[in-house]
Amino acid sequence: MTAPADKIAVERLTAIFGKTEVLRSVTTSIPAMSVTAIIGPSGCGKSTFLRCLNRMHELTPGARVEGSILLDGQDVQGRDVDPVHLRRRVGMVFQRPNPFPTMSVLDNVSSGLRLNGIKGDHQATVEQCLRQAALWDEVKDRLRAPAISLSGGQQQRLCIARALAVAPEVLLMDEPTSALDPIATAKVEDLIHELKARYTIVIVTHNMQQAARVSDQTAFLYMGELVEVGATEQIFTNPREPRTEDYVTGKFG
Amino acid sequence: MDALSASPHRPRNLGDRLWGAGLVALGGAVAVVAGVIVLALGRLTTPLVGRVHLLEFIKGQDWDPVASSFGALPFIYGTLVTSLLAIAVALPISVGLAIFMVEIAPGRLRPVVSFLIETLAAIPSVVYGLWGLFVLVPWLRESVEPALAGAFGFLPLFQGPQIGLGFLAAGLILAVMILPTIASVTIEVLKTVPVTLREAALVLGATRWEAIRLAVLPHARAGMLGATLLGLGRALGETMAVTMVIGNTPEIRTSLFATGYTLPAVIANEFAEATSGEHVAALAGLALVLFGLSILLNAVARLLVQAVKAATGSVG
Amino acid sequence: MKLLARRRAVNAAMTVVTGLAVVVALVPLALLLWLVVSKGAAGLSWTFFTHLPTPVGEPGGGVGNALLGTLYLVGLACLVGLPLGVGAGVFLAERGDGRFGSAIRFTAEVLSGVPSIVVGIVAYGLVVVPMRRFSALAGGVALGLLMVPTLARTTEELVRLVPGSLREASLALGVPQWKTSLRIVLRTALGGIVTAVLLAIARAAGETAPLLFTALNNQYWNFAPDQPTASLTVQIYNYAISPYADWHQKAWTAALVLLLLVGALNLTARFLTRSGLPREQR
Repeated sequence: MTAPADKIAVERLTAIFGKTEVLRSVTTSIPAMSVTAIIGPSGCGKSTFLRCLNRMHELTPGARVEGSILLDGQDVQGRDVDPVHLRRRVGMVFQRPNPFPTMSVLDNVSSGLRLNGIKGDHQATVEQCLRQAALWDEVKDRLRAPAISLSGGQQQRLCIARALAVAPEVLLMDEPTSALDPIATAKVEDLIHELKARYTIVIVTHNMQQAARVSDQTAFLYMGELVEVGATEQIFTNPREPRTEDYVTGKFG
Repeated sequence: MDALSASPHRPRNLGDRLWGAGLVALGGAVAVVAGVIVLALGRLTTPLVGRVHLLEFIKGQDWDPVASSFGALPFIYGTLVTSLLAIAVALPISVGLAIFMVEIAPGRLRPVVSFLIETLAAIPSVVYGLWGLFVLVPWLRESVEPALAGAFGFLPLFQGPQIGLGFLAAGLILAVMILPTIASVTIEVLKTVPVTLREAALVLGATRWEAIRLAVLPHARAGMLGATLLGLGRALGETMAVTMVIGNTPEIRTSLFATGYTLPAVIANEFAEATSGEHVAALAGLALVLFGLSILLNAVARLLVQAVKAATGSVG
Repeated sequence: MKLLARRRAVNAAMTVVTGLAVVVALVPLALLLWLVVSKGAAGLSWTFFTHLPTPVGEPGGGVGNALLGTLYLVGLACLVGLPLGVGAGVFLAERGDGRFGSAIRFTAEVLSGVPSIVVGIVAYGLVVVPMRRFSALAGGVALGLLMVPTLARTTEELVRLVPGSLREASLALGVPQWKTSLRIVLRTALGGIVTAVLLAIARAAGETAPLLFTALNNQYWNFAPDQPTASLTVQIYNYAISPYADWHQKAWTAALVLLLLVGALNLTARFLTRSGLPREQR
């Protein structure tokens, strides 16, 4: 794959809950093997944007989507696209760590494979994913322990490992560190750096420093509209839009 | 159907479609159960249709299966009297208990009391009947009824022979049995009263009781009415304990000391031995009356409780 | 400030009054439990659990057939009631937010208030009339139908305790909805569902009225679903309303056995709820 090709192209994406438009005609693209951060004040539609990319948005009753989202040129909203397949290609990590409480550390990581009916010994995959999630050394001696016995930061990295195990191409992260302490946050941010060599990452964050630290490209959403998108450095040092400047300099939000 | 169309993208996956349809079918089973109850009762009652007029059936005072005379009024009367007596006794105690639990009790006491109330609700009806028959009835006969007759004997309610069995015994045992229902629903309702209301009254210098009386209770009134109706519904249908202590005579008497009969009690006593089709049909008719009453009470009660919860917006 | 003093006095008095209400409510419980235990224990013996009832005046004998009958009837009831009740509860929790769901929920709530004796008559019409005889099956159907509404509501409540984030996590892994429901949501709620089932069984085991003209009674052991069957509750009733003192004694002992059975089920259910349910992680 040639390096900075667009993995995802979003065109005039409008997302609706009942009668409210949460996103209005958003057009942008997400380059492959890079980190794209979505920033903006609470309620601006950041999470909704993310959840449109793997069609989790449509699970909410009353939710609708207009416009198109192309993944490798194919419309993910297409009639012939099974959202279940799509979600294996586009993985997701949530705000709060949500390991399956009835499963061990090991079973959590392999859960995506097992639940998708992939039989066999997943030990090797589990180890590889836990290593990628920088968690292996901490849990290798207690793979059989219940997942909820881990600390919050470990649980979140476990959830990342779980998402990696189904071998996605894109990884969506919805404020993945908002429930973590600073040390755990730093570990997850380091991890994001490592992961972008293999995955296309889209991360929603309300923390601008985090966006500046981890991302290559940043998009600023405000009240459902995409105000500006560009290289992270440019957005934070030399924004074109006054609203972006106000936001990144902390004048509102 | 609604539930499926809630998401615009119907699941494409065959498993998801089957699962969705299966779930809806399982939910529909509840509606089927309701339908089956109505149909079965209706079919058992049909031999009576055309022979006995509905109004005669409900207003008739004479119940004599051998003579094919079927009047349900003594049972309806007995059911209402015992249930209302039960409410009269259980309501104040339940409300007092609920107020104590929600507003006053120290935190450590609450789980203990609520465990005991749950235990009260879990005891089988026949055990209450056993206790009523061998403990409550003799106590009423020897202590309570003579005392009541001595103090209030001028009222027709407390006249006549004091034998223990009868409306009073049935009403009291029902009171014990419905108390957990009324108390637990009232507790639920009181919990939905916003803390701010209470605080507003306290800030104005009200004592705790004044805050309860002026701010909490008015807010919870509709819900408490719902709780009462639920309790009433339970009392109407309670069978075994009442059958064992009411004396089982199909007569309408004013005195609470007198024996009587209730709808469920007569069904319990006569159904297994009813030989004529008419008798079975008449008893099924009584069951239909009971069914109608309990459906009505429960529907109104649930709507009231739901409305209270929705109004405060703090469900659960 | 005489007024203030009076207001304080009223406040104190009402505190005492409401506290008294608690005491008054719990006195019958204490009396009843103490009586059942003290009177019932006198007749407790191994033969009481294993032997058939004896005629009046003949010492010994037990309620073995009735105890077994209750278990048998409850077992049959589970065959009818568990799939319908748990299934409806899962429906309400998973797809119950629409109008159809609300209607079903309301129906279940209203049905849970239908007197058990009415359900007994329904089972009579459904089973006894076509089979032309009283039977264990009829009793099982009565108890099973009785389980459905309450079981549906309790199951719903306990399945809804499973945090939505777990469902999302599974769906985001590309797991189909049905598998997510079965393997993640219901698996996590399993402890809760078992609790709901135990409570329903305890309630069914204590029912008498719907058995009077469905399962009827039986002086002997019975395992045939198409034959009348004894039950602990009906046996207690028959002993209690008889005029014989030794049968009264048996009624108390049988009541003790029934309370122990129901109590054990309730306590197990409570223990499971306390230990089993995962909470939303914070």
